[in-house]
Amino acid sequence: MKLETGYKKIGGFLMAVPQISDGFTGSVNRVTIGATKDSGGTRTSTVTVGGARNVVYGGSKGDAGEKPIVAMDVLDSRPEDWPDALAEVYKDVFDSPADWAKKCVEEFGAELICLKFEGIHPDKKDLDASHAVRVTEEVLKAVGVPLVLWDCGNDEKDNQVMPKVSEAAKGENVLLGTAKEDNYKALTAIALADGHHLITHAPLDINIAKQVNILVSDMGFPLDKIVTFQATGALGYGIEYAYSIQERQRLAALGGDKMMAMPAICDVGYESWRAKEAKLADAPGWGAVGDRGPMWEATTAICLLQAGVDIIRMRHPRAIATVKNFINQIWQ
Amino acid sequence: MILIGERINGMFTDVKKAIAEKNKQVIAELAKKQTEAGAAYLDVNVGTAAADQEGTMQWLVESIQETCKTPLCLDSQKTGVIAAGLKVASAENGLILNSTPLNKKTDEEILDKYIEMAEQAGPKASIIALTMDKNGVPQDINTRVAIAAEIVQKAMEKGFDSRRLFIDTIVLPVKVPNAQVQPGNILAAMDQIRYLADPPPHMTVGLSNISQGAAERSLINRIFLAMAIPHGLDSAIVDVLDEKLMNVVATAEMLMNKQIYSDSFLKVYTAINKP
Repeated sequence: MKLETGYKKIGGFLMAVPQISDGFTGSVNRVTIGATKDSGGTRTSTVTVGGARNVVYGGSKGDAGEKPIVAMDVLDSRPEDWPDALAEVYKDVFDSPADWAKKCVEEFGAELICLKFEGIHPDKKDLDASHAVRVTEEVLKAVGVPLVLWDCGNDEKDNQVMPKVSEAAKGENVLLGTAKEDNYKALTAIALADGHHLITHAPLDINIAKQVNILVSDMGFPLDKIVTFQATGALGYGIEYAYSIQERQRLAALGGDKMMAMPAICDVGYESWRAKEAKLADAPGWGAVGDRGPMWEATTAICLLQAGVDIIRMRHPRAIATVKNFINQIWQ
Repeated sequence: MILIGERINGMFTDVKKAIAEKNKQVIAELAKKQTEAGAAYLDVNVGTAAADQEGTMQWLVESIQETCKTPLCLDSQKTGVIAAGLKVASAENGLILNSTPLNKKTDEEILDKYIEMAEQAGPKASIIALTMDKNGVPQDINTRVAIAAEIVQKAMEKGFDSRRLFIDTIVLPVKVPNAQVQPGNILAAMDQIRYLADPPPHMTVGLSNISQGAAERSLINRIFLAMAIPHGLDSAIVDVLDEKLMNVVATAEMLMNKQIYSDSFLKVYTAINKP
């Protein structure tokens, strides 16, 4: 790989960045989420990600592909453990996922909403499928942007609930998650039947990521409708692993490995706000807690964007604004 | 690994018979089967039986292209036969002209001619050049490398991208008396040839030749292939229908970190390498 130094204007500063002149043979798949009226859905907009033919910052303008997208998290039920700095932004809409989604779109400019079914988890509220279906329908009605529908992580419960959620969103071309190595059949089958995109999930493991992609494609699921997810590590909590895996995946895609050519999604919001640095109020010397959380989240997101991630799940509007600003400057 | 399927060759009895009877079905079937097995290119060699070699080359090319779009590797040491094939072969997805020595007693300029024909065929056309010159096939390491260096030099002079050049170090049957030193020599030569240009030229071999006339042919082919890959071999003309051989390629590429490991690494190898 040939490296030359060039200059790029970033945030008003002229910065030296390596210019990578060598090309690659492969590219990241382009994926469009959401279906408008013309394609049998009711969305008023769609989002397209992927398409990169080089590493981030690398190659020519045309090699950069589509801009990465922020998916704003909306929970299906009132979160009990959100730190104050985050909760105060959404507390007025905590009890209505539809209003919550609407707030994300109208106040914070969300282009994609990730509806996370936390409340169906048996260890949390253990809500049933009819609740999940109702929330899905309400959110679909409340906003026109496309949706990511994300299960709770309990295989048994997810296999009961997610098929019904998928059916409720039939025709909307949502991104449905997540298919895991030991629990992929039910979700893959319903995503296929209802015409949705699918998220394949691996526990920070590149080999398992590839294997899950192979397994779902063996069921006849098209490779170009998959988005991959690696359990994300936040800043200070394993981001090096997340970064290097995302980078390796991008390089494999560029090298022509069709089983690794999918766009990637990361869960930055949840992971960042778990970090004590993001939420501990009584920490003299760490600065104001109201600023720390958004900074932690934004830094984690920007780091992963540079490894080559296409969709980022986020929570705090200030962090999102910072990240969108970064994206707009890099993907000029 | 760029695998070139060897089966459409007039030296095989079924192909020879199909040529004689003008039976397109046999050729189409071989093209399809090799493509499904993971061939990136299909070698096309008229063999020695046909009287009209140029006409036969065209007939083979047309018979293949009627059923699949897999790029072809036109295989003849006669420029006329290659030129005849080029009139009908598509170079849209790639094409290889196979093969030319550095020079011949009867034709000092043969390498130039192959390069020119590839240039005319389009930007995706490549050539295979043999480490062989008018004095024949060299037996030692240094002469092989010296000839390869001259080939690379000639390509550079003509502005021919090294990525469009395949160097074939010529494997000889191991059963021939005193030939057992050759596989080792070839590997040593490859170690040097890979540094002749940046990016390096591809390196290929007509693999099955190594086991010509020997017992345990498939085993010999497989082991030599696995030995050559770490020395820079990134292409081979092989029997892609030999499943055990394909498993060796997949495993070697995985061990060399050219493919990310997955539990299904054998199964997906052919799928992910389709051009």
